[in-house]
Amino acid sequence: MMRILIIEDDKQASAYLAKGLKEVGHMADQAADGDEGLSMALDGAYDVLIVDRMLPRRDGLSVIQALRKSGNHTPVLILSALGQVDDRVTGLRAGGDDYLPKPYAFTELLARVEALGRRPKSGGDVETVYRVADLELDRLAHRCTRAGRDIPLQPREFRLLEYLMQHAGQVVTRTMLLENVWEYHFDPQTNVIDVHISRLRSKIDKDFDTPLLQTVRGAGYTIRTGSGREGADRDSTAG
Amino acid sequence: MTAPLARLLRTTAFKLSLLYLAVFTGLSGFLLFSVSHNTDSLMTEQVVQTVDAEIQGLSDQYARGGARALVSAIDSRARRPDASLYLFVDFAGNVLAGNISRLPTTVLEEADGGVRRVKYARGEGEMEREAVVRTFEVPGGFRLLVGRDLGEQARFRDILAGALRVWLVVVILMAVVTWAFVSRRVLKRIDAMAASSRQIMDGNLSQRLPLAGNGDEFDRLAVSLNAMLDRIELLMQGLRDVTDNIAHDLKTPLTRLRSRLETTLREARGEADLREALEATIEDSEGLIRIFDALLRIARVEAMSPDRGLEPVDVRAIAEEMAELYGPVLEDEGGRLSLDLAPVPKALGNRELIAQALVNLIENALKYARTDDGQPLSITVMVRQEKDRILLSVADNGPGIMAKDRDRVVDRFVRLEQSRSEPGYGLGLSLVRAIARLHGGTLVLADAQPGLLARLDLVAAPDAKTGGEGRNGDDRS
Repeated sequence: MMRILIIEDDKQASAYLAKGLKEVGHMADQAADGDEGLSMALDGAYDVLIVDRMLPRRDGLSVIQALRKSGNHTPVLILSALGQVDDRVTGLRAGGDDYLPKPYAFTELLARVEALGRRPKSGGDVETVYRVADLELDRLAHRCTRAGRDIPLQPREFRLLEYLMQHAGQVVTRTMLLENVWEYHFDPQTNVIDVHISRLRSKIDKDFDTPLLQTVRGAGYTIRTGSGREGADRDSTAG
Repeated sequence: MTAPLARLLRTTAFKLSLLYLAVFTGLSGFLLFSVSHNTDSLMTEQVVQTVDAEIQGLSDQYARGGARALVSAIDSRARRPDASLYLFVDFAGNVLAGNISRLPTTVLEEADGGVRRVKYARGEGEMEREAVVRTFEVPGGFRLLVGRDLGEQARFRDILAGALRVWLVVVILMAVVTWAFVSRRVLKRIDAMAASSRQIMDGNLSQRLPLAGNGDEFDRLAVSLNAMLDRIELLMQGLRDVTDNIAHDLKTPLTRLRSRLETTLREARGEADLREALEATIEDSEGLIRIFDALLRIARVEAMSPDRGLEPVDVRAIAEEMAELYGPVLEDEGGRLSLDLAPVPKALGNRELIAQALVNLIENALKYARTDDGQPLSITVMVRQEKDRILLSVADNGPGIMAKDRDRVVDRFVRLEQSRSEPGYGLGLSLVRAIARLHGGTLVLADAQPGLLARLDLVAAPDAKTGGEGRNGDDRS
């Protein structure tokens, strides 16, 4: 469960978002303009902020800049009708942590919010080994094993699995994978990401009874044990 | 004040001419005054020296022969042409010798030897003239006045004043000529530009500012403004195209979507029907969003300034990454994606956009290059250098595009397959062309014999080093 603040002036969109977030078990507060949003963000202890770029009284980027200036590092997801690469760059440079262009699918927003909420805090412990059930990914040794058996992975497959395991238990969309694993921001028309996922799946799931890498229909993929939403069991090493 | 005069007074040409006139008049006046003043002082000084020399000579005469000798010396000197002025009187004021008939009486009374300017007349009935004189008391109650006429100085001043008048006339004439030149040549050009601008503002965007063809400042200004207008016209055209495209091609899917919802509302029998209709609607709306995104992206790229955001980009690396991304897709379908990369310098570009263009070309081949004879699909991504251009090409072994269709297939929403049953919206190549143009290049479609060759040319980055070794025939199958 996360506490999420939605700063969005379109009441309908904001209510729809809040309702959706509450349905999956999060707490959601709403602010209708930049000033109100900034003061709520500064007062309340939120896990993630969802900020629209174009807001009355104080625009979204200025809210984020003011927040960062005051030493608040709550992860921010920027929502905007401006979705081109340079718009994203501007948003991320202003202090945003992720950027989602409108119109968006709720599943994608949820996936991104959860990814932000569970992201390792900077300066804290850095996980060097990710574990989900009997699957282990050693980031230092660059080694992947399942039930003690070595699974050879290509570098890109390794990064793909790494990103999925980093967000274990959460839905990760195709766009998030393209952005974070290949570092490109475009919308492929073909099933290009699915092909890579299916290759990875054939390596980590094929010879085992429990499939770990699952497709979430209409949304993306998730690494999870069984059907629960539990997160990854992680080893932490002070770093 | 009448309107044309008011307009005239407001013109820059008139103000410039007036300023020119004022400055030249002021300068000429100052020059003439200073010449006249200095000359006057110099001449007066010379006159005084002459008078002093005369006095010296006369006082010698007086010392040698007394009053009688003085009278005779004055008489003889007074007869010379260009004689100085003399007056020698006794204590009662009777003239003993001299060539002055009229003089203010006070001059002889103040016989202190000082220099004075006086009015005098030589003979009876003659005009009064000006002179510089000295008057002395001579022992025995006599008084002696010696002076010099200032006529020359007056004549000199007259000459200067005359010259000043002529000069002023010349300056005024020059001001008028300048004004005429400026107003005829310059103002006419500005008026012509203003008239063209008004036509352009009235909506005639194809109108351009007139050029005189002599390459002066106005021509250079007009060339820059015309280039700006070209760009604006292109952007407006793009905007019109997007609007037209939205009107033509987005209304159809929107209408379909609406009909489906209406039908469902009318005929749905249960939750399963509703769910099915809603899922289809979401799918349709996603399609619409994709079209919108693609259109906006094309418009945005077309409107981007070429000098913004372009930096040296490794085209080979992009080609390798895209081949790595798409290789498995082709492989799964039994085809293969090959790389044919020559060592090339970096290109001046935008990494994301070049990658997007390459993806569009590869996806285009994936969609349309399937062969009917069951031959596996083969796509080759090539990078070459040709002089200062970097060529990025995608060749396939599909059916290709007929020569007559190659030009129009890059227009928005153009799909050669008339039934439109294949996936896609006909926007992919438009975006590639827009990206090529942003990079100062072109998108050329050619025959790959067999198949289609799509070639994008980019400008090599200045001072870029040549890339690594080529990896010819690097298969990704």
